[in-house]
Amino acid sequence: MTQLADIDIELHDILKSVPDPEIPVLSIIDLGVVRSAKLLPNQVAKVEITPTYSGCPAMDVIGDDIKAELKKHGYTPEVKLILSPAWTTDWMTDEGKKALKDYGIAPPVDATSDKEALLGNKRVIPCPQCDSKNTKLVSQFASTACKAMFKCEDCEETFDYFKCLI
Amino acid sequence: MIREDSYFFKNIEMTNENLIQYIYGIADNSLILGQRISELCGHGPTLETDIAMTNIALDLLGQTRSYYQYVAELSAKDLTEDDVAFLRTEREYKNVLLVEQPNTDFAYVIVRQYFFDVFHFMLLKELENSKNVNFQAIAKKSLKEVSYHKRFSGDWLKRLGDGTEESKAKAQQAVNDLWVYTDELFQMTDNDILIAEAGYGVDTNPLKSAYYNEITALIKGSTLDIPETPYFQKGGKQGIHTEHMGFILSDMQYMQRTYPDMKW
Repeated sequence: MTQLADIDIELHDILKSVPDPEIPVLSIIDLGVVRSAKLLPNQVAKVEITPTYSGCPAMDVIGDDIKAELKKHGYTPEVKLILSPAWTTDWMTDEGKKALKDYGIAPPVDATSDKEALLGNKRVIPCPQCDSKNTKLVSQFASTACKAMFKCEDCEETFDYFKCLI
Repeated sequence: MIREDSYFFKNIEMTNENLIQYIYGIADNSLILGQRISELCGHGPTLETDIAMTNIALDLLGQTRSYYQYVAELSAKDLTEDDVAFLRTEREYKNVLLVEQPNTDFAYVIVRQYFFDVFHFMLLKELENSKNVNFQAIAKKSLKEVSYHKRFSGDWLKRLGDGTEESKAKAQQAVNDLWVYTDELFQMTDNDILIAEAGYGVDTNPLKSAYYNEITALIKGSTLDIPETPYFQKGGKQGIHTEHMGFILSDMQYMQRTYPDMKW
C-alpha cells in the first residue's frame, strides 16, 4: 500500500530543507508530497510533487520554494505536479508526525481509529498538549482542508487534527 | 457504470471535442457549486460551518482545476484553465441546475450540498474505473475529499431536520424546493452516452435507484418527509440555466472581463 518516494540521495537533503508553507515545522519530504526527485544530465533536477488535497493553495508556493532552493545549489529545477497515485497520510514520515505533535497538531492516527473518531463513535484522537484521550470532534474541517478541529475535554484546549487520508 | 464490453465491439468515433464536452458536464458542477459556496466565506452561520463550507469550496475548485487543465491539453485552441473557467458564455456551461440554486438560507445550502454530494460520490466511484487515466487519477483524488463532504452535509441535514421546530421547517422547505432538481443529475446527453459507450464516461442510469434509496433513507431519518413531485426540472446539461446562473457568472467573470488576461 505504501509507495516509497524515489528520491536521489544528492537531492534529498536540499528538499528536506524546504518547509511546508502552512505548517513550517514539517519538511515537504516528511509530509510526503515529494514523490520523486531525479538528477538528470547537465545538473537538471526533476522533482515530482503531489497535492495533499486537490485545492491545496500551498502547492504553487511549494513548487516555487523547491525551484529557489535547487537553484541556490546550482541545479536547473523542473517541478511537475502529479495527481496519481493520490497522496495518503501513510506517506508522512514518523519524524514528520512527531514534528506535528510537538507543534500542537495531532498527527493522523491509523485509518480505522480515524474513521471511528470522525463518525463520532469513538474518540481516540489524543490531545497533542496533554495526551488525554478524552477529546471530541468539533468540526470535520478546520484551518486548512487537510485538518479537522477537536477539543480536549481535560485541558480544554481546541486543537487541529491532521486528517487521515488513505 | 463503466461499460466493459462495448468498446471492443463497436467502432466509436470520439473526438477531443466530445471528451471536452463530457468534462464540462462533470467539472462545471464543481466549479459553480464551489463558487456558490465560496460566497459564504465570512458569512457562515458559525465559525466552524463557515470554515467547513469554504474548505469544501476549495476542494471543489481544486478538482475543477484538474479537469480544466486536462481540457486545455485536449483543446485544439490555445486555451488555459483560466480561459475555460472564466471566459465561456452562460450557454457553454453544462452544470446541472441544482448547483446554481441560491444560498437562500443554511438549510438550502446543506440540502443542495447533500443532494449533490451523494451523487458526486457515486459518480466518482465509477469514474475511478474509467479507461481514461486522467479521469481515473482525478476521481481517485477527489473521492477522498468528497467522502468528507458527504459526511458533513449528511450530518447537518440530520441535525437540522431533527433539530428545533424552526430548523425542521426550513430543512423541509429546502428539501421540497430542491427535490425537483435531483433527477437531472442522472440525465444522459447524447454525448454522455457516446463517452460512456467508449468506456471513458459513466452510465449514470444504473446509479439512480441507489441514489434515491440513500437520500430517502437519510431524509426520513432526519424526521422529514419525502416530497411528491409530478415533474422534475432540467436544462442545465444543455446549457439552459435558471435565472441565477447569469448572476453567478457576472460575479465570477468580473475580474477576467474587466482586466483581460489578468493573473493573481
